[in-house]
Amino acid sequence: MITTPKAVRPRVPALLWIPAAGALVLIVLPLAGLVVRAPWAQVLPRLTDPAVTESLRLSLVCSFAALGLSLLVGVPLAWLLARVEFPGKALVRAAVLLPLVLPPVVGGVALLLAFGRNGLAGPLLDAAGVRLPFTTAGAVLAETFVALPFLTLSVEGAIAGLDRRHEEVAATLGSGPLRVFGTVTLPLVAPALAAGGALAWARALGEFGATITFAGNLPGETQTLPLAVYLLLQDDPDAAIVVSLLLLAVSAALLIALRARWLSPLRSRPGALP
Amino acid sequence: MKGLSARLSGYLEAELDVPAGETVAVVGPNGAGKTTLLRALAGLPARSAADLTLDGERVTDLPPHLRAAGYVPQDGGLFPHLSAVRNVAYGLRARGTSRQQARTVAQDWLNRLGVAEFAARRPAELSGGQAQRVALARALAVRPRLLLLDEPLSALDVTARAGVRHALRTHLAEYPGVCLIVTHDPVDALALANRMLVLEDGKVAQDASPGDVTRAPRSAWVARLLGRNAYPGTADDGGIVLDDGFRLVTADPLPGNGPALAVIHPEDVALYRSRPEGSPRNTWPARVELVTPVGTRLRVATRGTGGGPDAVAEITPAAAADLTLAEGVPIWVTIKATEVTLTPL
Repeated sequence: MITTPKAVRPRVPALLWIPAAGALVLIVLPLAGLVVRAPWAQVLPRLTDPAVTESLRLSLVCSFAALGLSLLVGVPLAWLLARVEFPGKALVRAAVLLPLVLPPVVGGVALLLAFGRNGLAGPLLDAAGVRLPFTTAGAVLAETFVALPFLTLSVEGAIAGLDRRHEEVAATLGSGPLRVFGTVTLPLVAPALAAGGALAWARALGEFGATITFAGNLPGETQTLPLAVYLLLQDDPDAAIVVSLLLLAVSAALLIALRARWLSPLRSRPGALP
Repeated sequence: MKGLSARLSGYLEAELDVPAGETVAVVGPNGAGKTTLLRALAGLPARSAADLTLDGERVTDLPPHLRAAGYVPQDGGLFPHLSAVRNVAYGLRARGTSRQQARTVAQDWLNRLGVAEFAARRPAELSGGQAQRVALARALAVRPRLLLLDEPLSALDVTARAGVRHALRTHLAEYPGVCLIVTHDPVDALALANRMLVLEDGKVAQDASPGDVTRAPRSAWVARLLGRNAYPGTADDGGIVLDDGFRLVTADPLPGNGPALAVIHPEDVALYRSRPEGSPRNTWPARVELVTPVGTRLRVATRGTGGGPDAVAEITPAAAADLTLAEGVPIWVTIKATEVTLTPL
């Protein structure tokens, strides 16, 4: 009897695939738990519960406000880091990236010490009649604090990698520096801006530690979805699961939207060097 | 006075006065300062500072966007996120022209450069020649007083090159300002410019008409570019001592001593299998490096073996057959004293 020989495939050593499978279980099992144990019949009534919709509204307001604030200050900061040489630049960059690795609770404490009543800028804010801790504005500030590095990092890399000649030609054609930035630099880094902005928004949406420390947990004012989930888990686990499911769906949607840019970052980008 | 007057200092030291309407070809080896010159004149960050006067107005302290100097970098530098027509309209928009008007003028310029049908395409969808034409239209559309083209033809294939060269020639002829065009190709310089600026090591080696430069090149690089043998050295009575110590005798020595360039046409270089007897004054042993056909003749590159310089000879195929020439064959190079032309440097 003649048997058809099988094509040779690369052998994967067990010592590698077993731990890899373990890692996958670690990530997928909790998500599966969330989906399997969800009280599917109650999803709609739970999500339309006034307490949940209020938190959802607040979450959207705060996260988009944080994104807007990040864009407003983060893009110029990224440009500065990518283009301008100044003493202590390495320190500035480290400070910008610190919130990435800092425990968010520590960030919240630090925000209190900076913008709280007795904080460094406290008297100044008092004089201006601005109160940040335990307000919606405070929640926005806390979310911006943790989200900003994602945006800055992404945009800085893109600006540093730009071909300078396009901006130079724009200048010789009569564009002043600000117009060059708006008409050439920004459009050329648009993909990085979108990716960084999406990550920053997602980070702001899920922010918990800094927010609860700096802004507290006031329903309707600072109680965003993650804070609501934490509270609901004790009184109403089903509701907590449903809200978690909602956040999971948002995250998954974001990942799919980013897939083209984020999962294959080396694909031809406009503005990249040829 | 209409035109350009510039003094450069720093990496490139040069002085330049060009009347309006003139086109200057800037040539020279890599690192000579060609791009530095263009960038400094455009007001862009460069290794040289330029004190620049355009049409009688001193613009030294003006930033690039107020200088009205059109700069086209090597591959055109089109904005990748804009269509061809919007690329051309960009400068007009920056100068306050209305969107509608800018688009009309831009389309007209694309027409003039023969790329009207590509108006809606992005630069990534254009060929090298098309992109170069669009880039030229973009620079010309704002009617700059000074046009700076950095190797506009070097990235193109032969066919596209001829087309773009023709377009350049047509538009430079009617361009009222000063144009500086960096090129590596003597053909481009002859076709496009009425003046040639030869840069070498951050200095001006020669500034003359293309005809004068080809007749009497004053830099070894240009002479070799034109296919001549060129040896820098120091003139003495009756000859020249080359930089590596070898001495060439000439029938037409320079009146004074000092740095000079010996230029010898390849057709005047003779090759022999054994040491020739008698008249030729310059002779040295060498080895054949490379034999390549040029037209109906053969170009033989030789490497001096007994202290003599490398030389290129052009001989007939028949002569080559008599000599049984091949790579690596030892040979004697001889040049008559009457064929060694000296130019003071």
